[in-house]
Amino acid sequence: MEEYLNVSGRIFDIQRYSIHDGPGIRTIVFLKGCALRCKWCCNPESQSFEIETMVINGKPKIMGKDVTVEEVMETVKKDLPYYRRSQGGITLSGGECTLQPEFSKGLLKASKEMGISTAIESTAYADYEKIEKLLPYLDYYLMDIKHINAKKHKEYTGQDNKRILENAKRIAESGETELIIRVPVVPGFNDTKEELLEIAYFAQKLRGVRELHLLPYHAYGKGKYEGLNREYPMGEVKTPEPEKMKLFKEVIEEKTSMRCQLGG
Amino acid sequence: MKGYDKRKINKSERISTLVKDLYEKMPEIEASRAELLTQSYEKTEGEAVITRKAKAFYHILKYLPIRIRNQELIVGSTTIAPRGCQTYPEFSYTWLEEEFDTVETRSADPFFISEDTKKRLKKANEYWKGKTTSELATSYMAEETLRAMKHNFFTPGNYFYNGVGHVTVQYEEVLRIGLEGIKERAAKELEGCKVYDPDYGTKRRFLEGVILSCEGVIQYARRYGALAKAMAGREKDSRRKKELLRISQICERVPAYPAESFYEACQSFWFIQQVLQIESSGHSISPGRFDQYMYPYYEKDLKEGKITPEFAQELIDCLWVKLNDLNKCRDAASAEGFAGYSLFQNLIVGGQTKEGRDATNDLSFMCITASEHVFLPMPSLSIRVWHGSNQDLLIRAAELTRTGIGLPAYYNDEVIIPALMHRGATLEEARNYNIIGCVEPQVPGKTDGWHDAAFFNMCRPLEMVFSNGYDKGEIASIQTGDVESFKTFEEFLEAYKKQMEYNIELMVNGDNAIDMAHAALAPLPFESCLVDDCIKRGISAQEGGAVYNFTGPQGFGIANVADSLYTVKKLVFEEKKISMGELKAALEMNFGKGFGKEKALEVALQVAREVEKEGKEVTKDLISKVIGQVLEYELPEEQKNRYREIHEMILALPKYGNDVDEVDEIAREAAYLYTRPLEKYENPRGGKYQAGLYPVSANVPLGAQTGATPDGRLAYTPVADGVGPTSGFDVSGPTASCNSVAKLDHAIASNGTLFNMKMHPTAMAGEKGLENFVSLIRGYFDQQGMHMQFNVVDRATLLDAQKHPEKYSGLIVRVAGYSALFTTLSKSLQDDIIKRTEQAAVR
Repeated sequence: MEEYLNVSGRIFDIQRYSIHDGPGIRTIVFLKGCALRCKWCCNPESQSFEIETMVINGKPKIMGKDVTVEEVMETVKKDLPYYRRSQGGITLSGGECTLQPEFSKGLLKASKEMGISTAIESTAYADYEKIEKLLPYLDYYLMDIKHINAKKHKEYTGQDNKRILENAKRIAESGETELIIRVPVVPGFNDTKEELLEIAYFAQKLRGVRELHLLPYHAYGKGKYEGLNREYPMGEVKTPEPEKMKLFKEVIEEKTSMRCQLGG
Repeated sequence: MKGYDKRKINKSERISTLVKDLYEKMPEIEASRAELLTQSYEKTEGEAVITRKAKAFYHILKYLPIRIRNQELIVGSTTIAPRGCQTYPEFSYTWLEEEFDTVETRSADPFFISEDTKKRLKKANEYWKGKTTSELATSYMAEETLRAMKHNFFTPGNYFYNGVGHVTVQYEEVLRIGLEGIKERAAKELEGCKVYDPDYGTKRRFLEGVILSCEGVIQYARRYGALAKAMAGREKDSRRKKELLRISQICERVPAYPAESFYEACQSFWFIQQVLQIESSGHSISPGRFDQYMYPYYEKDLKEGKITPEFAQELIDCLWVKLNDLNKCRDAASAEGFAGYSLFQNLIVGGQTKEGRDATNDLSFMCITASEHVFLPMPSLSIRVWHGSNQDLLIRAAELTRTGIGLPAYYNDEVIIPALMHRGATLEEARNYNIIGCVEPQVPGKTDGWHDAAFFNMCRPLEMVFSNGYDKGEIASIQTGDVESFKTFEEFLEAYKKQMEYNIELMVNGDNAIDMAHAALAPLPFESCLVDDCIKRGISAQEGGAVYNFTGPQGFGIANVADSLYTVKKLVFEEKKISMGELKAALEMNFGKGFGKEKALEVALQVAREVEKEGKEVTKDLISKVIGQVLEYELPEEQKNRYREIHEMILALPKYGNDVDEVDEIAREAAYLYTRPLEKYENPRGGKYQAGLYPVSANVPLGAQTGATPDGRLAYTPVADGVGPTSGFDVSGPTASCNSVAKLDHAIASNGTLFNMKMHPTAMAGEKGLENFVSLIRGYFDQQGMHMQFNVVDRATLLDAQKHPEKYSGLIVRVAGYSALFTTLSKSLQDDIIKRTEQAAVR
């Protein structure tokens, strides 16, 4: 058997029929562990690499499981007929898949071998050497750029954005994958025309990048914080109004050459 | 590649008016047909049955009151009141008399009935005592069959109490040669009959009956022509006057003569569709491939500049409204099983031509637009999907699905065509298939399919394995041994197999008995003359005149049986976590969750029987005492906890619907236990049995007669619907659900399988949502799924509609093989629909 099929990694969920994370019908593999601590994160159980217990609907559930590439592919390949019909495939999400580069590479490579389209959702907060390993097997890189201002970025995510912006340029320059920029629109953090435009200007300068997705903040993850016995950092912040989102899209499309999409 | 006119033509104001008028009042039962039928029958005593039928049909069409409703362009109404219904005492009538005082207030499909109508019907019905098909059928049945029906293993209620219907006649022949042409065909055949032919007598009477029936229909149409003319004379509005005059001219010509325009084709089609339902009370008379046989008339008119797409759309819309003007009153129990006033007139678009090319045309798109315009349950719009399907048509269909109307239903040519060929159809015939009623594929114009012949509850034989054939204190089935004595899962499975086979045999006996009764008492000359090869053979379809004859009873409860067998295999035999005795007791005690009235009654009956057996008197006091005790019965805490623990263990097992091979394989085998044995039986018309797998909406009322099952299903709750997983058990998303269902062998269930899926509107948002939705269907079909249909509505909306029905009178949901207005459904069926898992896309 091929070596890479035996590589193991840590995941906390696999979701089938996902239609908002890359083209077509996709299966999302959620990897555990992330370097960022975004205050609005809707998957708090993804942040720590450690296996932990989260209470869901009153019942404790173990979050985190070590599995091999082959085991994950058993599930992923079940939806092959739907990927074929919809040009869908696998999406690695998390957590941050570039923090488990060998495992992620294995999953992407195994998928390509089966003719399955590949995508990752990533913060790009990792050494470029690790990211680089994935690119030959990657069709879509859905990269979050949350803010251009370094200070604000650090305040809300716990990390500096320098490496992220640097990596964005290098990934774009590589020409190996289709890079799509995604922005979580979070009230009080970046929900102004100016801040979003700044990101759009940056994105437009990246080689080959044409698409920008604006993802409105939502509070669906709130219950999970309770389940992990953690305080919800966003308090009572509301989802941005659809009209407001539409306005952002219009401004970006007017001022830049980016195609702007609302939602994933 | 050819382009299509995909424009969405706007809805005309007329259509809104027609729809509004149609739904203004509760539908009403009328007495005219029953009276006219009886008058004719009283005068024809002693004549051949087929002659009596033809004369009665002629008489009814001659005198049935006629109406042209406000603004109508297509005319022909069976009742004075919109959406009213006539009665058919020749099939059965006692149930209606018994329900005279409750039919208006019952929960499923209520009908208004006036005191005068009750009186008139009572008088007409008197004649039919001892002469109905249901009485004759009963006399043909074996005692065990009657017993099995009493114990609810299956119910053949559909044809036991009503006409058969379930047919697609040769509409295209009427359009092409007119009824005059059909008459001529019969006359020619008659000429060829020799007095010494062995079948001279029956053939002659049949062909004469055909000719008389056709004359009746022609005359009926001309009555409308005269009425339209008279109305035009009185009409002040010049535009309407012109319309009425045109209607008058058209009704003079069709269906007697070949249709010469699209308008004439529409009107001709309608008369046929309507009078078929005057001839017999059978439902599911399905227009079939309307876009195919109507297209030549549209194309010609369009080319010659005689019609605009706008007017053609309006005519189609008018037809759609008319399809909702037909109605049928069923007995209260059947109404629960077919809830939603549905007549299941299935109309299908798309697919491939007889030559195997894509059949999409402009009308395919316009039919979808019409359903969007009228937004009513009829027709049961369907669409055929194949590898070469036009993507635009599928997207357009998905758009209609997204409105929440529950239409269209999607069918897979790649499974159905070979399935029909396996049953004897030629390649061309199979490619030309259409759907009858809910989901039943057949060759149009050549088939008497007896689809929907019975509902078979696959959970009941399973109960018999546990009770060793006992039900409510008496023997109700064969005895397969003490369940606790089984040493292996295979032994258990073998017992279930025997219980299944035994009850299937009895169902076949029941269906054949009813079949013979229809042949003897209810041959239908008009329907038969539009089904090959009745004219040539000189016998009605009911007597075996059709080229293809089937009987298609449907089994349901696969999900429950599959999950139940898995429980027994896993927990009792493999892991030995519970003993068979414990499981049996847990089922009897409904997993310690207490009992409702049904169980109390059941126990009371059991006690009563035992008391009677001892020769003692059963008093009212005793019964109420027993009922009281059952309702208040409290299990010892320890036992209750164990039963609940068992229930928890069962619920924690993997279930059908989550793409788990081990469970899904059992489901496949379970389905075979129904589909395979049926294949060996024959019906009195010289045809074969073929299984369907779908319950219409009978999973709710029949579930209410089924005790707790080892899948964790509580007593008297609905059985799983269609071939889908149990509501709430499929937790791995729609693709997993589809994959599980696709693992069944659909092709062998050539009477149709039904897979209901509920989608949340957000999962279909935007162009991308539609595309992914179509991909989901195609992915399921690529794996040999047969049929798929959707409810696109959120749970909150349905819950609110239950609370405030007045706000949701137009809310349409997919029930089974059809859609219905949500607020007209009974509470329990509403609950069942709400429970079906809502598949939202995962965020």
